Amino acid sequence: MAASNYEKFKSDGTMLGNLTEWVDARFPLTSMWKAHLSEYYAPKNFNFWYFFGSLALLVLVIQIVTGIFLVMHYKPDASLNASGVPVAFASVEYIMRDVPWGWLIRYMHSTGASAFFIVVYLHMFRGLIYGSFRKPRELTWLFGVMIFLALMAEAFAGYLLPWGQMSYWGAQVILNLFSAIPFIGNDLATWIRGDFVIGDSTLNRMFSFHVIAIPLVLVGLVAAHILALHETGSNNPDGVEIKKRKDERGIPLDGIPFHPYYTVKDLVGVVVFLMVFSVILFFMPEGGGYFLEYNNFIPADPMVTPQHIAPVWYFTPYYSLLRAVTFPLFGIDAKFWGVVAMGAGVVIFAFLPWLDRSPVKSIRYRGPIFKVFLAIWVICFFILGYLGVQAPTPGRTLVSQICTVIYFAFFLTMPVWSKLDKCQPEPDRVTFR
Amino acid sequence: MKKLLASVVMAPVLAFASGAEVHLDRAPDRSRDTAALQNGAKVFVNYCLSCHSASYMRYNRLKDIGLSDDQVRENLLFTADKVGEPMKISMQRAEAKQWFGAAPPDLTVIARARASEFGSGSDWLYTYLRTFYRDETRPTGWNNVAFSNVGMPHVLWELQGEQVMGDDHHLKLVKPGKLKPEEYDALVADLVGFLKYMGEPVGEFRKNLGIAVLIVLSLLFVLSYALKREFWKDIH
Repeated sequence: MAASNYEKFKSDGTMLGNLTEWVDARFPLTSMWKAHLSEYYAPKNFNFWYFFGSLALLVLVIQIVTGIFLVMHYKPDASLNASGVPVAFASVEYIMRDVPWGWLIRYMHSTGASAFFIVVYLHMFRGLIYGSFRKPRELTWLFGVMIFLALMAEAFAGYLLPWGQMSYWGAQVILNLFSAIPFIGNDLATWIRGDFVIGDSTLNRMFSFHVIAIPLVLVGLVAAHILALHETGSNNPDGVEIKKRKDERGIPLDGIPFHPYYTVKDLVGVVVFLMVFSVILFFMPEGGGYFLEYNNFIPADPMVTPQHIAPVWYFTPYYSLLRAVTFPLFGIDAKFWGVVAMGAGVVIFAFLPWLDRSPVKSIRYRGPIFKVFLAIWVICFFILGYLGVQAPTPGRTLVSQICTVIYFAFFLTMPVWSKLDKCQPEPDRVTFR
Repeated sequence: MKKLLASVVMAPVLAFASGAEVHLDRAPDRSRDTAALQNGAKVFVNYCLSCHSASYMRYNRLKDIGLSDDQVRENLLFTADKVGEPMKISMQRAEAKQWFGAAPPDLTVIARARASEFGSGSDWLYTYLRTFYRDETRPTGWNNVAFSNVGMPHVLWELQGEQVMGDDHHLKLVKPGKLKPEEYDALVADLVGFLKYMGEPVGEFRKNLGIAVLIVLSLLFVLSYALKREFWKDIH
């Protein structure tokens, strides 16, 4: 439904009416409102899993607004001040102590980073179990995968900014990965760092990426994600298309206007989310050392390598994929193939719409193969995440290798087993359960 | 009662474990004990703040623990001229590095940095400051259970006295200090309490505010849920 299909607003003679008519003659205000909210028909049977899309948008707004205020006081400067502390590190503590309410803004931002990944992982899982990635929503899904990639880059760049030990050495590990690429690797890594080691130039460019480049891409992708979704209409827990059955006015029989129905429903989700968010923010802002790592309260010191460098929790499954590859292949270093495995682990989601050959979309009507394989895959994902924060031992490496094989086998063998699975027939109309 | 509880917590004998896994004693909680925190501030300023800075911490911030600007000026302001200044030190870092091998770290957020899977940062500091022992193989003549081969000598030795490591891997007090062992433990607990406060001065306020925020959100939940029910009553 293109926005121009809607009738323009006719003034009822009030001042607000006149203003709306004036704007409508020059800008598609009313038609956009209708197309995306008051006359966007969403399936009426959304369940718990459908809160996480709007919550992801909420967290994005939290991150942008708190980020604006943090940038006012944060200084991306790796040089040492008179007390021998890097200026960047000291400026974060300045925000925590001397800026009025700075601590609250900073904790909202640091807790928001972890919340973003929790919400997005759950949002992706929803897409996985209800087949939201399937035709005709492939582009919505692809934009989503790109958002996930951008989010990882954004989180990585942001994590360097406090310039603590984990910021520094985590970045050291990750940026060094580029040097594993044959022939151009070392030069490429130097080019990305802007120096032969992580230093002030690295900090400054990560600051630039974090506050301008990636957020710009992120906001654009989110807009594309929502526009693509509103073009096809939303999927639902039954995985049936509500647009197949419409009333005489062309409105889906199982559809309800997003506004007010889902705005008021999502409002409940927002409040519950904010309660959980507040419990973490006000009572355990360090998240047990996972949201704010303890070592990151020590200023970055290029001369002292921490005994154990662990990435923040949301990267750990992919860090495990990286570490699972321990052998060289085709004469190229194992590290390179580890990087390939890590990258492939993220990008493989993009191929889902074409890997899945099942006749049904939703887990509700899928057969036992999908349910069992998905459960095993989820368990492997958690194991990989757990192993990512642990120091490697031969036993742990073996387990992570087994989980890595399962992680990829789930996707790569999907065209075969998704066709074989004994599915139940889909209903004609959506159901409440 | 509080005293009894504290002495029970502080009683355990320290077992010496080799490697990274050190048993940490639980630090008594002083976070709501203003007198203890003030005492901790006094100990910190007298014993720590000559080599270690606390450069993100301003003197007048101590009003959080009930100290007025005048009280700070009269009792604690040794390294700065104005109460609005941070707790810096006059020792030059390059010199410090020459003297100690490594420049003494800034202690503002040390209680947060020392947290680990083995215990809170307070637990580590509480254990560390009580487990110095005589070791003639070390340049300073001191070693430590929680931080082996530490560069810092036992600054509080006059108060604690001298401990040695027994053959059974337990520490023994061979030369008593000015304080009785339980008095020393209480003093260290006050100091650690202050370090914890300094690591996050807003810590206690944060929790109080959190309760208020959750109460408001609970009310919002009731309202938003009622709104949702009202709108959705016709949807089947």
